[in-house]
Amino acid sequence: MSKWQHDGPILEIENLSISFFTRLREIPAVMDFSCTVMPGEAMGLVGESGCGKSTVALAVMRDLGRNGRIVGGSIRFKGRDITRMSEAELRDIRGSEIAMIYQEPMASLNPAMRIGRQLMEVPMIHEGVSAEEARRRALEVVRDVRLPDPERILRAFPHQLSGGQQQRIVIAMALMSKPALLILDEPTTALDVTVEAAVVDLVKDLGRKYGTSMLFISHNLGLVLETCNRICVMYSGEAVETGSIAEVFDRMRHPYTQALFRSIPLPGADKNTRPLVAIPGNFPLPHERPPGCNFGPRCDYFEKGRCDAADVPMFRVPGDARHETRCLRFQEIDWSAPPRAAKPTQKTPVGDVVLRMEDLRKYYEVSGGLFGGGGTKLVKANETLSFEAREGETLAIVGESGCGKSTFAKVLMGLETATAGRILLYNQDIQDTPIEKRSTETVSSVQMVFQNPFDTLNPSMTVGRQIMRALEVFGEGRSDAERRQRMLELLDLVKLPRAFADRMPRQLSGGQKQRVGIARAFAGGAKVVVADEPVSALDVSVQAAVTDLLMEIQRRNRTTLLFISHDLSIVRYLSDRVMVMYLGHVVEIGSTDQVFSPPYHPYTEALLSAVPIADTHVKKKHIVLEGEIPSAMNPPPGCPFQTRCRWKGEVPGGLCEREVPPMVTLAPGHQIKCHLPREVLARMEPVITIAAE
Amino acid sequence: MLMFILRRVATMVLTAACLTFIVFFLTNLEPNLEKVAKSEAGSRISDAEVESWLERNGYTRPIFVRYGEWLGILPGWTGTEPDGRPRGRCVDRAADKANAPRYCGLLQGDWGFSTVFKQPVAEIVATRLALTGILMFWVMALMVPASLLIGVLAGMREGSRLDRTLSTFSIATTATPEYVSGVIFIVFLASNAGVQWFKGTATSAMDGVTFENFFLPVLTIALYGIGYIARMTRASMTEVMTAQYIRTARLKGMSFPAVVVKHALRNALIAPFTVIMLQFPWLLNGVVIVETLFNYKGFGWTLVQAAGNNDIELLLACSVVAVFVVLVTQLISDIGYVFLNPRIRVS
Repeated sequence: MSKWQHDGPILEIENLSISFFTRLREIPAVMDFSCTVMPGEAMGLVGESGCGKSTVALAVMRDLGRNGRIVGGSIRFKGRDITRMSEAELRDIRGSEIAMIYQEPMASLNPAMRIGRQLMEVPMIHEGVSAEEARRRALEVVRDVRLPDPERILRAFPHQLSGGQQQRIVIAMALMSKPALLILDEPTTALDVTVEAAVVDLVKDLGRKYGTSMLFISHNLGLVLETCNRICVMYSGEAVETGSIAEVFDRMRHPYTQALFRSIPLPGADKNTRPLVAIPGNFPLPHERPPGCNFGPRCDYFEKGRCDAADVPMFRVPGDARHETRCLRFQEIDWSAPPRAAKPTQKTPVGDVVLRMEDLRKYYEVSGGLFGGGGTKLVKANETLSFEAREGETLAIVGESGCGKSTFAKVLMGLETATAGRILLYNQDIQDTPIEKRSTETVSSVQMVFQNPFDTLNPSMTVGRQIMRALEVFGEGRSDAERRQRMLELLDLVKLPRAFADRMPRQLSGGQKQRVGIARAFAGGAKVVVADEPVSALDVSVQAAVTDLLMEIQRRNRTTLLFISHDLSIVRYLSDRVMVMYLGHVVEIGSTDQVFSPPYHPYTEALLSAVPIADTHVKKKHIVLEGEIPSAMNPPPGCPFQTRCRWKGEVPGGLCEREVPPMVTLAPGHQIKCHLPREVLARMEPVITIAAE
Repeated sequence: MLMFILRRVATMVLTAACLTFIVFFLTNLEPNLEKVAKSEAGSRISDAEVESWLERNGYTRPIFVRYGEWLGILPGWTGTEPDGRPRGRCVDRAADKANAPRYCGLLQGDWGFSTVFKQPVAEIVATRLALTGILMFWVMALMVPASLLIGVLAGMREGSRLDRTLSTFSIATTATPEYVSGVIFIVFLASNAGVQWFKGTATSAMDGVTFENFFLPVLTIALYGIGYIARMTRASMTEVMTAQYIRTARLKGMSFPAVVVKHALRNALIAPFTVIMLQFPWLLNGVVIVETLFNYKGFGWTLVQAAGNNDIELLLACSVVAVFVVLVTQLISDIGYVFLNPRIRVS
């Protein structure tokens, strides 16, 4: 079938309602959703998990599964209503007119089929072209998505490629038949920041090149700012605000949008002087939505009797033709009013050194191949790690996957023992003591908050029981009654109602589970807490609250917090000092201000540029790292970063390829591992600049 | 790949040695040997005579030595008759007694002499195995396509009416052992009680296979396996059908049959493939009942005869064959698995 011509909008969704039907009841997933995507336009669909954004995307594809059904409204693609199409008509559109890019590239590629075949299929189904022609086109598209050695890639199986390469293949597959509309469902969530930046860059370029309209689904406002022209904010199944990027980011007219922006750490936010404002309460479950405005119960501007009286329609915001909001009071609210001042707090004074790492190394031996045999390889997960952390200090450890930050955490916790070097906790060597041999005191004073709160709680034990169990292990309290009392106090500490003690983990939301995890970590009065990406699995609106909680407990207990993260925005917001790691090496360490302003280590510079920032005033220097992160099994000679470094040319004599650079002290407390001469470092410009308002 | 196969073969040989030794040990237990002595030298001999008979025939030496002789890696025992003629393990079996070989065991192709059939064991095993081979071929030819078809059809739309119907069928067939289904078939399809479409005995199939005389034994064995493999295939298929890459394929605009055939099938067959290969050794046992029931004188029937009549040499040979079949099919299954699943790399 040839592609039909159409002049109007590419996609027009009008009053779309989607429900899922279970045995018990009908669960509305999306209500009264409207949006329009013009040719060449990129529309961002933003919201927290469970708000229905992915459901909208699948509805456009008419792939809602057996339980999902469109119960009202229409989806017009190039003027034709998709909701009324037959299966055959849908098949014609899928893949050729509308293509989709998915969240997990590995899972979306067929593991038992070569990449080439999977790409070639698309034009062969839709245009009936010959295999040679399809192969020629596949080669061309693979070149377009900037993958090296396309011939080899086409012959490879998906598992032979890295995550970033797989995502490029998924993008290539979507572009094979030059679709009119591209749906991207969280396309970079599973990728590292620098890889994400490259993929986003690619998507933007290709969108321009092919003139494709895009529906970009994400929970990351910064990413949407970088990629889209228009944005639609969703909350609990409804679009609450829609408009151009500039309008919504700078002149938001819905309380939820405003609250969302206030809860994410933007440059300028600071944990002491300008703390984040968390959105109170929790996301309503689909079958427990409040009457009237869905955001009502969590809204600062809620007016009883009005906001909860009837369903709220979309209102047009005067001034801009395509800016709409679902708020009854949008013309009464003073939008420029500063946030209700959260109490600024004093910076915690930093105390003595609690934890000192000296030249810590951790190597793993990996045997070659599945069936044994072959030589063993040495994986250098941590190389010469040296730093110290003081009482009451927050030290952030930043780096992408494979940089060794989790290995370091394991060694510190005693889950692994160090290969060489020393870890001193209160001047006591602990690097060679595995956790089962550590004294109760050591174990309870070094604790960890894990990334995924869903997997770290025992599903068959009540919350209170689990905390009491931790207290018992740490030797706190003499009797069960005493421990119970202590457990209730801990619940108070993490701001959970005491009634939660008798609940099962499955009855808790993600944020609440993470609070339990925090309570457990602090049960034995921990001195050092390793927080491994503690908020990255949580929704944006909950992140701020959990971060705040961690800060508050730290302030009270004067805990040393080692905050492992890849999210530089949050690191900048809450840490005192930052350590940047790459391939097992510490490449830069210094106070937050020193690390976030020039001179940078070239890797830090790229990392800063890669992080999307949801602020229209921020100007960023555009640095895209080419290539992949080298494997730790096979690190490059010399400087670990030399394969991707854009400053390499400034170092004479190919020194970078021969020698690992020494740690250079630039300023008191600021060290980088780089061969660049001081003059060159001094020339570096800041990556992030905030334009004057 | 070659290294992998070599390594597997080496493990196989070791496993085979262990297993055959266990069988050798069990068949050469004291009471068994006593029975042999009595059946060879007369059933009314005294205990002392039994003792001396065993002594004379080399049965009293250490078990490892005898095992080595049987395998053919140790020279056979020798001795002299009271009248001065030489005798020994190898001498007794050789046609030319003067120039008897020193070694005569499994490895030399000397599998011994069956006391039941009064024939060399190697010959019996060869002919019987060939007959069972024919049976197994037809069973596989029926079972594998039928079960995969049922499994894939049931699994591609989980919970549909087709799925429930086929699942019920597979559970019912797996739940019916051969000695039940075989009897039912004979009664209803090959006797006066029902229709007489088929023959209730497969004896004539040994001379020439026809649909009439062979379908019932084949069906009886196959049916049990069909249910089992179909269930495995269904489980694997339903899992694959919910995978994200199936959605990718669907949203490429492929039709449902194309999605199933091109994307789901190969991935769904990885798990059942191992099960199918496991069916071979199992068939070897399954045929025991069916061959006896249908009076088809194949390998299973021979095994029953050998066991029932304390025919040590034949029994040992049968177990060697069984061990060999199990190990070879497992090797094939491992190699095939690598080809089906590109994620498993053999280094």
